[in-house]
Amino acid sequence: MSGRGPALGRAPARLLGPAAVAAVFLGLPLVALLARTPWTDFLSRLTDPAVLDALRLSLVTSLAAIALVSVVGVPLAWTLARVDFPGRSLVRALVIVPLVLPPVVGGVALLSAFGRRGLVGGPLYDATGISIPFTTVAVVVAHAFVALPFFVLSVEGALRAADREYDVVAATLGASRWTTFRRVGLPLAGPGLLAGLVLGWARALGEFGATITFAGNYPGTTRTMPSAIYVALQSDQDAALVLSVILMVVSVAILALLRERWFDQAVQGAVRT
Amino acid sequence: MRNRTAALALSLVATLALAGCGSGSAASGGTGSSARETGTLNVLAAASLTESFTSLAKDFEADHPGVDVKLAFDSSATLAEQVTQGAPADVLATADQDTMQTVVDAHGTQGDPTVFATNHLQLVVPPDNPAGITGFADIAKPGVKYVVCVDTAPCGKLAVKVLDATGITAEPASEEVDVKAVLSKVELDEADAGLVYATDAVAGGDKVRPVDIPTSDANLNTYPIAALSGAKKPQLAQDWVDLVTGSQGQKVLADAGFGKP
Repeated sequence: MSGRGPALGRAPARLLGPAAVAAVFLGLPLVALLARTPWTDFLSRLTDPAVLDALRLSLVTSLAAIALVSVVGVPLAWTLARVDFPGRSLVRALVIVPLVLPPVVGGVALLSAFGRRGLVGGPLYDATGISIPFTTVAVVVAHAFVALPFFVLSVEGALRAADREYDVVAATLGASRWTTFRRVGLPLAGPGLLAGLVLGWARALGEFGATITFAGNYPGTTRTMPSAIYVALQSDQDAALVLSVILMVVSVAILALLRERWFDQAVQGAVRT
Repeated sequence: MRNRTAALALSLVATLALAGCGSGSAASGGTGSSARETGTLNVLAAASLTESFTSLAKDFEADHPGVDVKLAFDSSATLAEQVTQGAPADVLATADQDTMQTVVDAHGTQGDPTVFATNHLQLVVPPDNPAGITGFADIAKPGVKYVVCVDTAPCGKLAVKVLDATGITAEPASEEVDVKAVLSKVELDEADAGLVYATDAVAGGDKVRPVDIPTSDANLNTYPIAALSGAKKPQLAQDWVDLVTGSQGQKVLADAGFGKP
């Protein structure tokens, strides 16, 4: 990359200037957050049982959500990328909608579908007495709802980028479509799959609006880190700052870890093939 | 002449429409006759006053030609903070005395605030009452999902007091971030019951059914109002306070579910 510099000439200031503004704009709030955090009682707040509860719940639900998302998301992404069917653009639009939907609206929509009087939740409640809102399951559902689009778009993009010729070759060699998907398509889409997992997981971890609307807010069962931050913000600014930093550190740490361990390997693996 | 008649008729209609069922008590703050102030009156009020103050603002404008009432509703704490930070405002009404006291301490009010209303918590259940709740103690029955405000919000603080006073230890299904979220969980029939202000129970209309809470001193919020020392329109500010504390204001507030001061 750096070797290309001289041949193309100097990078123009009219591009570098705004680029620097954008980078500072993104970085400054994070630095300010760190600067305002009361570090002296950081540890004692971190080990507060209420904080640990919220952190544990956030990690468990976001991971459960992304597991759920990958189970149904990969087939959906593959179908969108490889199968021509009527209404495909409609389905793709459906995938994008949760991305642009205000999260609170997502929460209301989830209530309408899976609430005790919801389209699906109503019959379920009448038949079994099971009601989803106010449970940890509801948190996972809310997380999955917002994470699925990130995952599907990322995987679909990767599947499209992987040359379809490979599929064709595999087919001529006698591989079934399932084998082709498993042995050829999916490995080629590996980096996109990982990126989708990480993006979707990060989105789930930060989810607030849909969760608090659909699942509620109670310590231990439905109060995730973002909800805990919102509640703390109303009474104890310092606590909110500490919680925010914890959530930020956890997200960045896992992103960094994934990048080191998997991302590079996956990318290199893909390049080598 | 015709214009004036039309304007008068219009304001009359507005007054009648917004004062609910009217009641002939038109003896509102329109006292001063000479050297009346005109322009914009800025009123800051607690969110729970939204319906009543919006209605009273129409009356006020009708009684004060050339006056435009600008209302801003928010949480009391936010408004008090804005006032002490020098936000341009003429009148402040908060949902509890502690919040108002912070403004008084900062010498932000003209004289002492006047308590003009009270509010208490009430239990609301969905119209078909799925959990069969007939009294407040029923929320402690096994399997009942009730929701409250989170204890950092004023309605949540009050809920803690009420639950303590009534000796109920059953845990809620959720601690919602504000009272409107509690109300909507009940309106949507997701929760079996919720603790909201009496005014919210009224605002919920026929989407919720109220169940009384054994009222005690623990269960009461008092609402103070005060003209502010930074008021640009001190006379109008006083007129507004008079309207709210006067018979017409009290009628509108009572219709909205507020208690007498």
